[in-house]
Amino acid sequence: MKRRILLTGATAVAALALAACGANNNPTAPPAGGGGGSTGSAGGSGSITVGSADFSESQVLGEIYAGAIKAKGVSVTTKPNIGSRDVYIKALQDGSIDIVPEYTGSLLTFLKGTAPSQEPDAVYTALKSTLPAGLVVLDKSTAEDKNSMVVTKDTQTKYSLKSIADLAAHQADITVAAPPEFQTRQQGLVGLKSEYSFTPANFLPLKGAAIVNALKNGQAQAANIFSTDPSIPANGFVTLEDPKLLFGSDNVVPLVRKDKVNDTITAALNAVSAKIDTATLTDLVKQVDVDKKDASAVAKDFLSKNGLG
Amino acid sequence: MLINIGGWLTDPTHWTGPNGIPTRVLEHLLYAGISLLFSAVIAIPLGIVVGHSGRAKWTISIANSLRAVPSLGLLFAVALWLGPKIASSLAYVIPSVIVLVLLAVPPILSGTYAGIQGVDPAARDAAQGMGMRGGELLRKVELPCALPLLLSGIRGATLQVIATATIAASISLGGLGRYVIDGLSVSDYPEMASGAILVALLALAMDGILALVQRFAVSPGLSGKFRNTPGNRPVVSTTARGDAATEPASPTDRADDQREALV
Amino acid sequence: MSWVADHLGDILWYAGQHTLLAGIPLIVGLLLALPLGWLARRYSRLYGVIIAGSGLLFTIPSLALFILMPLILGTRILDTLNVYVAMTLYTLALLVRTVAEGLGAVPDSTRQAATAMGFTGMRRLLRVDLPLAIPVIAAGLRVAAVSNVSIVSVASLVGFPQLGYYLTDGYQRTFPTEIAVGIVGCVLLALIFDSVIRAGAWAVTPWQRVAR
Repeated sequence: MKRRILLTGATAVAALALAACGANNNPTAPPAGGGGGSTGSAGGSGSITVGSADFSESQVLGEIYAGAIKAKGVSVTTKPNIGSRDVYIKALQDGSIDIVPEYTGSLLTFLKGTAPSQEPDAVYTALKSTLPAGLVVLDKSTAEDKNSMVVTKDTQTKYSLKSIADLAAHQADITVAAPPEFQTRQQGLVGLKSEYSFTPANFLPLKGAAIVNALKNGQAQAANIFSTDPSIPANGFVTLEDPKLLFGSDNVVPLVRKDKVNDTITAALNAVSAKIDTATLTDLVKQVDVDKKDASAVAKDFLSKNGLG
Repeated sequence: MLINIGGWLTDPTHWTGPNGIPTRVLEHLLYAGISLLFSAVIAIPLGIVVGHSGRAKWTISIANSLRAVPSLGLLFAVALWLGPKIASSLAYVIPSVIVLVLLAVPPILSGTYAGIQGVDPAARDAAQGMGMRGGELLRKVELPCALPLLLSGIRGATLQVIATATIAASISLGGLGRYVIDGLSVSDYPEMASGAILVALLALAMDGILALVQRFAVSPGLSGKFRNTPGNRPVVSTTARGDAATEPASPTDRADDQREALV
Repeated sequence: MSWVADHLGDILWYAGQHTLLAGIPLIVGLLLALPLGWLARRYSRLYGVIIAGSGLLFTIPSLALFILMPLILGTRILDTLNVYVAMTLYTLALLVRTVAEGLGAVPDSTRQAATAMGFTGMRRLLRVDLPLAIPVIAAGLRVAAVSNVSIVSVASLVGFPQLGYYLTDGYQRTFPTEIAVGIVGCVLLALIFDSVIRAGAWAVTPWQRVAR
């Protein structure tokens, strides 16, 4: 027993010593000198890496961007399903990826803390001036996908809910289901508290379809679901209005590293943005989520139908 | 980075409220405790019966083969299957506890079985010679002799349960895994690492406590305190994992005991 | 099951990654465990320390170790080296004890006979003790292999690509087929490892096959 305690102590000291040597750096921070990615394939010089976030819409958009660029003769690799914005922005800044599909309002709120005006063009302009050095956005699409607070029809009737503002009155009975990062985001629990005085009784951190299931099966009364999610019409969910425009306007836009952008890529991606509207986007997501098709297959289909690949 | 982690751990806001360290530790212990209780209730009697009668050994083999199933997969599968059937937020707790029990049963079962099996036939014979039968034999001789392996099985099960409860945070369960999963989603290394350190410390603490229990609960005649005289070799020895030093136990049994702990 | 057929290429790629992440640590762990186990056997003082040390290592849950590796190695969170080192440590911790026990299970009479025949020191270790210890070591290696396969799947929570990807993606998309692929894949891989080790042990121990 004594030996065990001594050994624990010795190991702890040794580990601390080792850690002190190796670890003045943040393991989640970009490496010095902007290396290639560590999982999957890294793009060689002259080739482009398109990344995407950990939800299906982002993955489809990523595959579409990649396919459109490839059709112009540029060599492309994809790095899908990287994670939430915090993770893939880091990947973009350290050069592991070069392009990622983004959303104007959400990105602006993420970078600045608030979005000053909610009108699409104004948000886009504000975003352009807020971007960190080294990143640019190309043309925005008319396609919109906002974060939204969604409830079931029954809940809406039960509490006579019309907008997010109505949630505060019943907050003791409400559990919210959303991705884990929702807890610390302005477009999340933080903003819900400051703008709508709403603090849910309980929070279920889940991902993807698990959020929809939680809402559907009654484990949560309100959920954060993207506005293009096919589960909203499929389950008769109701989107609550957002009078304070906390979730603002969110147009799809490609975010690109400045040192990788060129005319070919700009032309390819702008052409894509011109062809995607909200209805198309919703359908694309449906094909992946409901029909269980692969994002790459859906993207290929879209590109060929629109003469872009 | 160490400084950042130290900063996270010493930040007073992280010690209060529903996401505070004490709350999370208690949640973790709660899930672990309930699961261990259920699995002990299932596995110990079963192990005694199988060990005593020598029949139905297939239960042990099936329980051991469960180890090949990835715990993460079991968690997701049960959550997807049972989740829709449960209305409240227990829809995530119940599948988690079920999986924890499923994972804790094999170590306790094989520990109990090996313990009862490994009871020195001479001891059993002597007891029977003294007039003990059935239940009395079990209570007074077999169980005490089996205690080291039984307890080592429980120790293995405890570690398995603590480790799996950590990854259950990915289906929204509370506990220390929350720091790891939430930190992962926003790329906050201090939070992740703090969670990892806390889980490791909790596991070490629990194992240490059980080691103490083992030391005090096991009869001194078994623990090898008098082991130096040639004719007096102990029936079982209680090294760090309490594995049997006698011949009858097969190498796989011994190795199995040791490997239970990992997720 | 047409989904499986359509995606067989991807599934096999993930299975390949999984094999590397689980298998290489097995080999490295075994190679490291042999001298350590021998040392533990030889010097009884070290035995206690080594066994206690490996017990300590077991106690750390795998997800925690994967996440803490960057601190110790100075790597980044998604570097696969983290998984390799963590898995090697687990394998090592188990196999050291198995090797020590295996070497200890060689009967004294055999050892003395070997010495009498002229085998000394290292030669005796390599030509007599180790081969006789193979059954025990192989049993421990099989257990380590099965556990490694299961533990590696947890790494998908951090983002390492292997069969566990089907588990997290399947849950995220409510796609039971993927989860089934993940579970079945892991179990099959574990069985393959188990069979290979068994076959290997059988092949190198011809004396065990001689009819008694």
